[in-house]
Amino acid sequence: MNMMAETTTEAKQVQPMSEPSFKMLGRNVSVHYGAKQALFNVNLAVRQNTVTALIGPSGCGKSTFLRCLNRMNDTIDNCRVSGEITLDGQDIYDAAIDVVELRARVGMVFQKPNPFPKSIYENVAYGPRIHGLARSRADLDQIVETSLQKAGLWSEVKDRLNEPGTGLSGGQQQRLCIARAVAVSPEVILMDEPCSALDPIATARVEELIHELRSNFTIVIVTHSMQQAARVSQRTAMFHLGNLVEENDTDKIFTNPDEQRTQDYIMGRFG
Amino acid sequence: MASNHIYSAFDEELKYLQSRISEMGGLAEQMVSEAVQALVNSNTELAQKVIADDAKLDSAEREVGDKAIIVIARRQPVAADLREIIGSLRIAADLERVGDLGKNTAKRVIAVQENGVPRKLARGIEHLSELALIQLKEVLDVYTTRSAEKAKSIRERDEEIDAMYTSIFRELLTYMMEDPRNITPCTHLLFCAKNIERIGDHATNIAETIYYMATGAQPEGDRPKDDTANSVVTPKE
Repeated sequence: MNMMAETTTEAKQVQPMSEPSFKMLGRNVSVHYGAKQALFNVNLAVRQNTVTALIGPSGCGKSTFLRCLNRMNDTIDNCRVSGEITLDGQDIYDAAIDVVELRARVGMVFQKPNPFPKSIYENVAYGPRIHGLARSRADLDQIVETSLQKAGLWSEVKDRLNEPGTGLSGGQQQRLCIARAVAVSPEVILMDEPCSALDPIATARVEELIHELRSNFTIVIVTHSMQQAARVSQRTAMFHLGNLVEENDTDKIFTNPDEQRTQDYIMGRFG
Repeated sequence: MASNHIYSAFDEELKYLQSRISEMGGLAEQMVSEAVQALVNSNTELAQKVIADDAKLDSAEREVGDKAIIVIARRQPVAADLREIIGSLRIAADLERVGDLGKNTAKRVIAVQENGVPRKLARGIEHLSELALIQLKEVLDVYTTRSAEKAKSIRERDEEIDAMYTSIFRELLTYMMEDPRNITPCTHLLFCAKNIERIGDHATNIAETIYYMATGAQPEGDRPKDDTANSVVTPKE
C-alpha cells in the first residue's frame, strides 16, 4: 500500500512539467516604498509542488516580491502593493481575506533562524495550537512529531523536546523553524535566504529537506547562491532593478538563458 | 568572449584553455601538412619529426583535460562558461585525433617510399590535404572569432573533401588492377587518403562544437555528405 502511495505522489510530481498547474499567480505586481518604486509590473506564476527560485543581485526586488505572496509587506508602514496576486485563483489582497489565515496557508522561513524563546516542543506546537488544529494533547504531540520528522530534525531532538529551541545549532534551529512552518499544514512555503547563515553541511540538509518537502508543498525560495538555485529548484525567476528579467525551467536558465542580464549575473560577470 | 568575470582569475583560466587549444590547432595543422609533404617527397626525416611531434599534442590534450576539471571544480561554471569548458575538452580531443591521423600518414611514408608515389596520385592526395587543411585552418580561425554563422558554413563544406576522396579511391583501384605490384603502396596511399578525409570530419566536428559553444544549440539538420567510396565497386571486365 505504502509503495503504491509513493508511486502516485511521484507521478503527480512529474505532471506539472507537462501541464503546469499554478498555485499562485502574480499579475502586474508593483510595489512602492513611499515614493520609491521597488517592483515594476511583475507577472509571475508559481507552480504547484514545484520549487521556484528567485534570484538576482541585492535590491533587485526578489525579497519584496516574496513578501507580497503572504502579505508580509503589510507590516511595513509606507509600503504600497498594486496589481493582483491570487492563491488558488483567489485574490489575497481582497478585503475579505483574513491575513492570519492567509499566512497559515502561505508560511514563511526567514534568513536567520528565529526560534521562539521556548522549548523545542512549544516552538512547533505554537502554530497548531493558536490555529486550533489539534483536538487533544495526543493530537498535538502527533503534529509536533510529524512536523519535526518532515523537517528532518526528529531523530536529533526527540529526547530533548523540553530544552530551549535557542540551544540548538544554527542548522538545527533553521530546521526547527521549517518544522514550525510545516506544523500548520501550509500549502505554500516561502523561504527568504534560508541557508545564508548556515555552514555547508547544514545547508545541504536544508536543501535536501526542500527537495523532500516539494512533494507536499509548493515552495518559493529567495537565494543569493546561484548554485543553490540550480540545485534545489525546478523553475528559476531572475530579477533585476525591480523587474522580472526572465523566468524559465532551471535547467534552461543555467545552461542557456535567453536574456543577457541573466547570463551576466549567473556567470558572475559585470552587469 | 570570456572576459569581465568578477573573478579575474577565472578569466585567466579560460584564456589559458583557449591559448592551449589554439596552440594544439597550430601543431595539428603543421603535422598534417608535413606528413603529406613527407609522403609526396618521400622524406623519411620529416616523417620521423611528425611522429615525434604527436607526443606533444597528446600531452597538450591531457593538460587541457586536467585544467578543465580543475576549473569546473573551483568555479562551478554555468551557461556560456560551462559550454566553453566542455567545448574545449571536445575540441582538444578532435585535435588530438587529427594529430594521430597525421602521425599514421607519416608512418606510411617508409612503406610507400620504395616504389615512390606516382606523380598524378601524389597531386591528388596533396590536393585532398589542401582542402582538409583549409577546413582545419578556417575552423581554428572561427574558434578565435566564435562566429556561429561561419561555423555553420564550414560544416556545410565537408562535402567537397568527401567527393575528392571518392575520386582518389577510384583512381587507386585502377592502379591496383593495372599491376598487382601496385597493391602494397596503393593500399598505404588509400589509408593516407582516408586519414586526410577523416581530418576533414574532425574539422567539421570542431565547427559543430563551436556552434554549440556560441549558441547553446546543436546545428540543425544532417551534415552534407558526399562520401560514396563505401559503394564503389571494381568495374566488370
